[in-house]
Amino acid sequence: MTLSRKFAVLAAFAALSAAGGVLAQEKVLRVVPHSNLAILDPIWTTAYIVRNHGYMIYDTLFGTDEKNQIRPQMVDSWSASPDQRLWTFKLRAGLAFHDGKPVTGEDVVASLARWGKRDAMGVALMTFVDRMDSPAPDTFRIFLRESCGFVLEALGKPSSNVPFIMPKRVADTDAFKQIDDYTGSGPYIFKKDEFKPGDKAVYLKNTKYVPRKEAPSGTAGGKYVYVDRVEMNLALRDGQAQANALINGEVDIIEAPAFEVYESLKKAPGVKIEMTAPAGLQYMARFNHLLKPFDNVKVRRAAMAAFAQEPFLKAQVGIKELYRTCPSMFTCGTPYGSPYGSEIQSKSNMRKAQELLKQSGYDGTPVVVMKPTDLASIQKLPDVAAQLLRQAGFKVDLQAMDWNTLVGRRAKKDPVDKGGWNMFLTAWQAHDIWNPIANAAMDTRGEQSGWFGWAKDEKLMEIRAQFMRETDEAKKKKLANEVQARAFEIATHVPLGEYVQPVAARKNISGFFITNGNLYWNLKKN
Amino acid sequence: MLPFIARRLAATIPVLAIVAVLVFLLLRLTPGDPAAILAGDAANVEQIAKIRAGLGLDRSIPVQFAIWLGQMLSGDLGESFYFKMKVTDLIGQRIEPTLALAAVTIVIAVLVAVPLGVLAAWRFGGWLDRALMGFSVLGFSVPVFVLAYILIWVVSLKLGWLPVQGYRRIADGFLPFLRHLILPSITLSVIYIALIARVTRAAVLDTLGEDYIRTARAKGLSESRVLVRHALANAAVPIATVIGLGIALLIGGVVVTESVYAIPGLGRLTVDAVLARDFPTIQGVILLFSFTYVLVNLLVDLSYVFFDPRIRY
Repeated sequence: MTLSRKFAVLAAFAALSAAGGVLAQEKVLRVVPHSNLAILDPIWTTAYIVRNHGYMIYDTLFGTDEKNQIRPQMVDSWSASPDQRLWTFKLRAGLAFHDGKPVTGEDVVASLARWGKRDAMGVALMTFVDRMDSPAPDTFRIFLRESCGFVLEALGKPSSNVPFIMPKRVADTDAFKQIDDYTGSGPYIFKKDEFKPGDKAVYLKNTKYVPRKEAPSGTAGGKYVYVDRVEMNLALRDGQAQANALINGEVDIIEAPAFEVYESLKKAPGVKIEMTAPAGLQYMARFNHLLKPFDNVKVRRAAMAAFAQEPFLKAQVGIKELYRTCPSMFTCGTPYGSPYGSEIQSKSNMRKAQELLKQSGYDGTPVVVMKPTDLASIQKLPDVAAQLLRQAGFKVDLQAMDWNTLVGRRAKKDPVDKGGWNMFLTAWQAHDIWNPIANAAMDTRGEQSGWFGWAKDEKLMEIRAQFMRETDEAKKKKLANEVQARAFEIATHVPLGEYVQPVAARKNISGFFITNGNLYWNLKKN
Repeated sequence: MLPFIARRLAATIPVLAIVAVLVFLLLRLTPGDPAAILAGDAANVEQIAKIRAGLGLDRSIPVQFAIWLGQMLSGDLGESFYFKMKVTDLIGQRIEPTLALAAVTIVIAVLVAVPLGVLAAWRFGGWLDRALMGFSVLGFSVPVFVLAYILIWVVSLKLGWLPVQGYRRIADGFLPFLRHLILPSITLSVIYIALIARVTRAAVLDTLGEDYIRTARAKGLSESRVLVRHALANAAVPIATVIGLGIALLIGGVVVTESVYAIPGLGRLTVDAVLARDFPTIQGVILLFSFTYVLVNLLVDLSYVFFDPRIRY
């Protein structure tokens, strides 16, 4: 071998080693999300998995920190006119979409307009908005018809639908049609070519992202990325298989480990449990207000009195350290969380429920309770509800079905014998129900466009409208209390207690912070 | 032979047409609303109605059927409601893991079961035969997921020999591909080993009592030659039939194994599509399964000619 040929071989080896070194250094965070990702438009659906996908690739104007305070994110500074009708926002420098184009006020206006057609708080905000414009590339303005007390809360809302900022060309898509361009300005770039729904979703670090200087907190603060790539394992959905993969070091994080494997994961070597979302989730029973017997408020109150929270939590969660009773419809520990007006449930008992039912004139109409058999996170609640209702004196028809049959059926207003229903049970993340506007169960517009169950109450709507207009925080708290007291009085729905969903991770993953969902910035893999 | 193949292939058209119509109607009669599922938890009835219209589900069933039939005739299986991809692309993404799993499973099953069945027949009533019968009962009785968890616990978690879950495409390297398929294939093959071994044993046992076997032995042929060339060859038709049925059943029967081992194959796709009421995907996958079933049956029929020259089509 000649000297030059030897040199060439050595150079080739060196190049290969270097390439291998680069590959070896690439830090990949392997995550098992809480469900499959298929839809990719976080404005089109409220599904949490799509919201989390949105946080990866999009940025937000404001964020909500761990103390539930609204903090600027893409916005640098803002001001409101003395009459609170003109809001002017200036974007911070350095914001750019993944295609290199700068984020402008026009992009923001188009994004807010689309979001305002789908999200409950967005729709509420738009009833106050006269117009929006962008007088300069880094500025946008919101003109209101009258003052409104939740402009920043709406723009910084942390949960579905989050007002993510998209390029104008994308945000101009009809709000009822899904987008197919996933260009954002967030800390990660979505690898569309590697996306295989039901298999994996891949995100690359956006190396041009300019994070804020503050520490991460909730959905606010600096979004520093310390890994090169995040791989979501969408195929791994069996609870035990997820735990095995984590113990074996094949994945780094399980977003929502099953309660059944919680104790074994706590003891497993190399694995740790993190409580990243202490605000947790709330279980809820929802009545169908259109049909007998729950069209009668006295019957609903009797059911409410029967629903002590502890039995639901014990049956469904079963791990004392992960659940808590909470006599609030707004989630305990959040700004409006309070027991005000909850006595009908919190200070009641089965004897009281039986008395209330006797006084209600209940005629023995069977109550159809829908039970989802395939959704482990709420599967046991309907059994407890049925048992408590029976003890109170109700006749109960517990009907088992898969969750998606339930989802289709709960949208029906038909009588029970034509596919209707009387009660279903579900769970909400704290930030989806933490104020009277966001809480869908408190939208009492009835059949017009309220949430499934179609509660109707003008008095509650009036207090809710006052809450929307109020700008003084102390008065807002008082109004929120009044909304809640009225909701308990007419029994819109029943809060069934709260639980915290832990995250399981390998011990070499650090940097978890308090938030409302599953966010993948600030995490380090050692 | 060629006219037979042509006739059989032509016969698949009405079969697939009947399957297509039945699946289409059954899906429309099943409770569940794809629009409500897609809209998410906080959507209201108004929003769901708009999504339903966007999917074309607000049209009458005959109109929906006519549109779908038109697409089908032009070779288009439509677009998935849930995954927002063409169904053909979706199936293309998922077919490799399922085919790979089915192929390795059937290879393991045949390589283990046929010799076991022959040996059990040869030693009829002996310990090997009894052991095989016992294993068969166990193979039929133990649920796939129980076996999967036991194998994972021993082989992956305790011994650390193989990965717990996942799939690697063959294009990413043969060794990682095989490493990820060994446990799922063993798990899935046990029931087929039990089935094929029992059928092989029974078929070989039948032939061992035939005159030509006695003649072969009388001629002084070795026992192995008698077993393989005479007994097994003449017992091949029922064995080929059960292997063919096994292949067809495997394609649709991999759901549990794919779930436990997190293999993104057609089984998982079917479950996801059913749960999401994703009509175009369910229709596409079921048509594919039906076609596979018909094709495998045809191949089995053709294999009879190879195994038994007396058979003519």
